Amino acid sequence: MIMLVHLLRFPAFPEMALLSMICIVLLISLFVKQRQELISYVGAQCSVVITLGLVFYLHRVPAHVLFNQHFTWDSVAYCIKLAILTLSIFVFIYARGAIQQKSIPSGEFYLLGLFSILGMLILSSANSLLSLYLGLELLSFPLYALVALERRCANSAEAAMKYFILGALASGLFLYGLSLLYGTTHTLVIPAISQALLQAGQSPIILSIGLVFIVAGIAFKLGAVPFQAWVPDVYQGAPTPVTLFVGAAPKVAGLAMASRLLIDALPSLHQQWQPLLAIIAIGSFGLGNLVAIVQTNLKRMLAYSAIAHIGYTLLGFVAGSAFGYAMSLFYVLIYALMATGAFGLLIVLSQSGHEIEHINDLRGLNARSPWLAFLMLLIMFSMAGIPPTAGFFAKMGILQALIQAHQIWLATLAIIFAIIGSYYYLYVVKVMYFEEPESTMPPLRAAQDAYLALSINAILLLVLGLFPSQIIWLSKAAFLTINHPVY
Amino acid sequence: MLISYLEIIFKNYLLSLLIGLPIVGAICTIAVRGDAYPQRARVVALMTSLLSIGLCIPLYLGFNSQLSHLQFQENIPWITAFHVNYALGVDGVSLPLIFLSIFTTLLVILAAWRSVQLRVGQYMAAFLIMQSMMIGTFAATDAILFYVFWEAMLIPMYLSIGVWGSSNRSYASIKFFLYTFFGSAVMLIALLYLGLQSPSHDFSIASFYPLKLTMPEQIWIFFAFLVAFAVKIPMWPLHTWLPDAHTEAPAGGSVVLAALMLKLGGYGFLRFSLPIVPDASRLLDGVMIALALIAIVYIGIVALAQVDMKRLIAYSSIAHMGFVVLGCFMLFAIMKHSHNVLMATMSLEGAMVQMISHAFSSGAMFLAVGMLVYRFHSRLIKDYGGLALRMPLLAAFFMLFAMSNVGLPGTFGFLGEFMIIISAMQASFWITVIAASTLILSAAYTLYLYKRVFFGEISNPAIASSSDIHGFEKLVFILLALAIIFFGVYPAPLLNLMHASIDAILQLSLQTKL
Repeated sequence: MIMLVHLLRFPAFPEMALLSMICIVLLISLFVKQRQELISYVGAQCSVVITLGLVFYLHRVPAHVLFNQHFTWDSVAYCIKLAILTLSIFVFIYARGAIQQKSIPSGEFYLLGLFSILGMLILSSANSLLSLYLGLELLSFPLYALVALERRCANSAEAAMKYFILGALASGLFLYGLSLLYGTTHTLVIPAISQALLQAGQSPIILSIGLVFIVAGIAFKLGAVPFQAWVPDVYQGAPTPVTLFVGAAPKVAGLAMASRLLIDALPSLHQQWQPLLAIIAIGSFGLGNLVAIVQTNLKRMLAYSAIAHIGYTLLGFVAGSAFGYAMSLFYVLIYALMATGAFGLLIVLSQSGHEIEHINDLRGLNARSPWLAFLMLLIMFSMAGIPPTAGFFAKMGILQALIQAHQIWLATLAIIFAIIGSYYYLYVVKVMYFEEPESTMPPLRAAQDAYLALSINAILLLVLGLFPSQIIWLSKAAFLTINHPVY
Repeated sequence: MLISYLEIIFKNYLLSLLIGLPIVGAICTIAVRGDAYPQRARVVALMTSLLSIGLCIPLYLGFNSQLSHLQFQENIPWITAFHVNYALGVDGVSLPLIFLSIFTTLLVILAAWRSVQLRVGQYMAAFLIMQSMMIGTFAATDAILFYVFWEAMLIPMYLSIGVWGSSNRSYASIKFFLYTFFGSAVMLIALLYLGLQSPSHDFSIASFYPLKLTMPEQIWIFFAFLVAFAVKIPMWPLHTWLPDAHTEAPAGGSVVLAALMLKLGGYGFLRFSLPIVPDASRLLDGVMIALALIAIVYIGIVALAQVDMKRLIAYSSIAHMGFVVLGCFMLFAIMKHSHNVLMATMSLEGAMVQMISHAFSSGAMFLAVGMLVYRFHSRLIKDYGGLALRMPLLAAFFMLFAMSNVGLPGTFGFLGEFMIIISAMQASFWITVIAASTLILSAAYTLYLYKRVFFGEISNPAIASSSDIHGFEKLVFILLALAIIFFGVYPAPLLNLMHASIDAILQLSLQTKL
């Protein structure tokens, strides 16, 4: 009994448990031939829920490091792991119906998804460059395969190839940056790197080069300008359940990676990475919002909107204060929730046999299903940042952090692009509400569980808009110990 | 036990009740499947509206008009991480506007009884939510809470124009949304900046008043506010969204736009611009007066050339709101030239009165045009003529509203314009002359409209076979006519209500914060 409690309070136990459960699900889906789809779904969903429970059980465990300092347990890891696992539950619920319908091999989908989740968990707890890189690759490889899961579809294959080649290139750059960092500091452990850089004083030029490569790697994984080219193609080309998976939790994990590297390892290079991130952020929300306006394909539009939102997320890092980092985390959590809802809705709507590809396919949704239209309305206004939805408070937090850091011009620029960006969200609402549906459209059919999950997801955006305090405190608590910039 | 509990709720949370009730009503209209059973939605909406009016009675009785500070205050920590509070309160400026919001929504619901047949549940829900947001905006004493209500209102308005509007509705609604969102987003930056400066780091509007601000800061904040309020009110040259939005919106939407949404701009000037950045307001008051005069004269001439009834009334709204801006920003000139505090107060009060009287007259005219459009499916003046023969009741009521719009003595419309013109005399002779030209211009376009629509030969066969207004339409007009005549003859209750608060705003505006 005492052994069990000890085990449960071991910070790496959720990852270990998840890995074991993945192996079990793998075996089951190999050998069970009947009702394979249902069994692998239940197995995957159970694994995620149990892992979530285990992570939650750890909430009283004080922060510490283990495995020769390669693995850390702290409030950032706790917060991000909870978010990733919760989002994954939603993702699997939404994806199930579409997987059945499109005859995507279900065992593979759930298993690859679970492996990717495992990678995200490891990444968010990484305390050394080695575990960070391993986590990142474990997160990325299943995603490449997932994008190509619809084998006979040419678009899918093309997207997967693009994603894989660019991803491999970015990983290479990233690894090169890490090796330069290792070369100058002679250590892999992140806090030790931070210490070594502090004591070294003047930073050599080689470190700056390393920093540029590292930032490039982060920008690629998050899908920020100028490494955004893969985002629209992958979002559009991948089957929608996979887009759903790619679009939400990995962004949160990417933020964890950025926070580990930039805030924990390289705070002394703050002066150098801050302007880099500012340019990346401005480019992202500028390009994302402008290009999204001319899109007619809904998934492509959401891809550009994702680029824009990542730009806003990075602004918190640009503010360079503990409050700013917390607001970045808050923003990405809310964004991931919105993106999950948006793609989930596309999947649910596609289930009645009419694939939703273009924005015009949503025409007259209000007449066909007022409730689903209302949910989409909430998601769209939340993305546009209109109160009382959660998206507004996410943007407001970012703006407040920027103004506190005396970067009022950046805040003004950000909000001007938010206004420009609101056009395409409004357009979606217009199509749903102001136009009447074509009579040839089949009546809507949606799986009960997905319908319920979708309602919870979208209403959560409203509830978190009315009562955002708890989640903001959670994000703030994650970065409470960081006193920055003090250098 | 229960009674005393209720009494406490009533005493301490009356404003929250007023905000919450319409939302509950809106949920009910949807929950009773109002789209499929329109009559249920109408009844639920009417009940909600009447209940809101009932709640106004304790609000009016409990309000002490001798005090200038906020009453019925509520203050609950809301987003502690951002130092944002759920803080409400009313003073003499916001109270009349809250009553106006509730009254207008009742009219909208009554007027839509027959004329709206499409998705009635959603229609009623949208307007009830708008009422709630409107009350929230006027009652909020925390700047971020104010902003939340101010922006949230755009969602139901956007939908109401877009879903129930006429042919060009998509364009008009998106233009409306982007314009107003643009204005208010810049204001958000100013509010956040002010919140950071305030010693308690919270966003209470009252804590912004004593804040020391340098002149460049004040000028930036002034312009940030100006963009927001100038779009809403609207001021030339940021007015172009308004004719489109008014014209394409359904009758109820036009009424809410004209009677309430535009007032937010004037309210913003009184609550934010003047007291928070008084020095910048003093520096730039010439610009504001010039813009106001351009609106009065130029837009008045533009209104003369309109062929679309709704568009004409929309332009007349802009011209009338020019008077509000004039009244708000004339006080520095008055103080400079004559040091007459009484006249400065009168100019501010004139602005307030003008806002409320304009709500009645233009709201009534939009409703009347809405009834005509419902019957004859045209907004163009040339499709009408000789209506007075077939619809004498409508013609009589419309005459009264038109006279109030013109500013005939004895009607409500006269009061505000008169107060502003009198006090303008203390500021400058030329301002008075230009402002007074509105009396001719507005008479010209209003009476010209009246002549073409109601007099002359009956040219349209549909008119020949039409019947007069009936039922709730009559009730709506009687309510409006009573209000216009009552306040036109005996405005004292209204003026008493706002006097102390306007005085306080004037004192704050005349201080210096440098």
